[in-house]
Amino acid sequence: MKDKVTPILGILTLLSFAAGLFYAFTAPPDVNQKELVRIFYIHMPVALMSYVAYFVALGYSLAYLITKNRRFDRLAYSSAEVGVLFTALTLLGGSLWAKPTWGTYWTWDPRLTTTLIGFLIYVGYFIIRGLIEDPDRRARVAAVIGIVGTLYVPINYMSVYWWRSIHQTPTLKLLGDLEFSADPRMGIALMCMFVAFVVGFIYLVRFRAVAAHRIEAKEDRLMEQSFKEGRI
Amino acid sequence: MREALLIALKDLRLEGRSKDILTTTVFFSALVVLIMGFALGPDTERLKDAAPGVLWTALAFASVLAAQRAFGSEQESGALESLLLYPNGHEWVFVGKLIANYLLMLLLGAVTLVTTSLIYNLSYTHLGYLVLVLLLGVLGFSIISVFYAAITVNLRAKEALLPVLMFPICIPVVIGAVSATKILAQNGLTSDLYGWLQLLAGFDLVSLLVAALAFPHALEN
Repeated sequence: MKDKVTPILGILTLLSFAAGLFYAFTAPPDVNQKELVRIFYIHMPVALMSYVAYFVALGYSLAYLITKNRRFDRLAYSSAEVGVLFTALTLLGGSLWAKPTWGTYWTWDPRLTTTLIGFLIYVGYFIIRGLIEDPDRRARVAAVIGIVGTLYVPINYMSVYWWRSIHQTPTLKLLGDLEFSADPRMGIALMCMFVAFVVGFIYLVRFRAVAAHRIEAKEDRLMEQSFKEGRI
Repeated sequence: MREALLIALKDLRLEGRSKDILTTTVFFSALVVLIMGFALGPDTERLKDAAPGVLWTALAFASVLAAQRAFGSEQESGALESLLLYPNGHEWVFVGKLIANYLLMLLLGAVTLVTTSLIYNLSYTHLGYLVLVLLLGVLGFSIISVFYAAITVNLRAKEALLPVLMFPICIPVVIGAVSATKILAQNGLTSDLYGWLQLLAGFDLVSLLVAALAFPHALEN
């Protein structure tokens, strides 16, 4: 079986990313944020896709528990892995932007806090995956943790929102004023980046799942071989 | 339901004989309260301000210790498999373990609440509401910690894993319980208090449902 879709997705990602970068650097600086606004061309799509990745992982985890098909487990953790990567990039880009703007790398803004919580939940998910050897048991336990963890991200989001909204002045606006009317090139840059990250997400998940499939096949082969040679 | 009660009774009887969980968690949470006191410095006002946070931090940490023992005795004696061989759903194993853990954690919570309030010089306006906050907050910790203890009980490095898995999920409980305790210790009843109580009750309800549904998948072998 030759996978023709994945390489095409990879090329599409590169093209839209290059176009996005081109517009991101040639677009005029923002009225209020000056050059800093360029961080958002990457930051916003990455942040959005990290949440999407978690919910895709949730969907595949559910699919695994229902069908017990290992394929869904591979897709679930591929998606979770991309989600963790994107969340790390979100946190990094956000703090780089926040330091000159808010004067600090971190505030306890609700969106920041829940992003961090999502990150922590999936770090735990991967730690536990690394500790279980039996593939079926690993897949089942990981699916449960992925489902329960992701279900709580919205609850966390709301709880931290109430926390702030009750005790403090309204939250800081995370997404600054992007003025689309000011210059269409800003809108084009953002659109290109969104396309790049959506396609890139699908590409990475497919790519990772294929790699995971090969790793599992190799493990099975080695296991069979040592069984034949009487080592087990 | 009968199965759940039997399991809870068994665990409580075991605890009544050994008193393992209560002695370790009470001592541990007292130490957390003291360390936080030293870390925050001798400023009385600041200590008073931080006390609700310290109280619930101590309870959160202690709940890890208590939950590790929830399945510990079965796991050590190899009885967990036998327990799961019984007919009827595994949900009842979870509910039984939860009841026993919850009662012990409530006792711990009451002791910690009294000692923390004395040390940090807190006084409360409405004791009834304070009891309600304790009941709901401790229930949230219990549900999450017992659920994740069941997942980690057969794994390597389970002592380190349990907090890694449960603390991110417990954040709404910490936020709600600390805020409600703060309101009760400072300005008494406000409409905010009901919001926090609703958050805690909602979290407990959702967690209980999700945990009971997911529990059989987490344990079955």
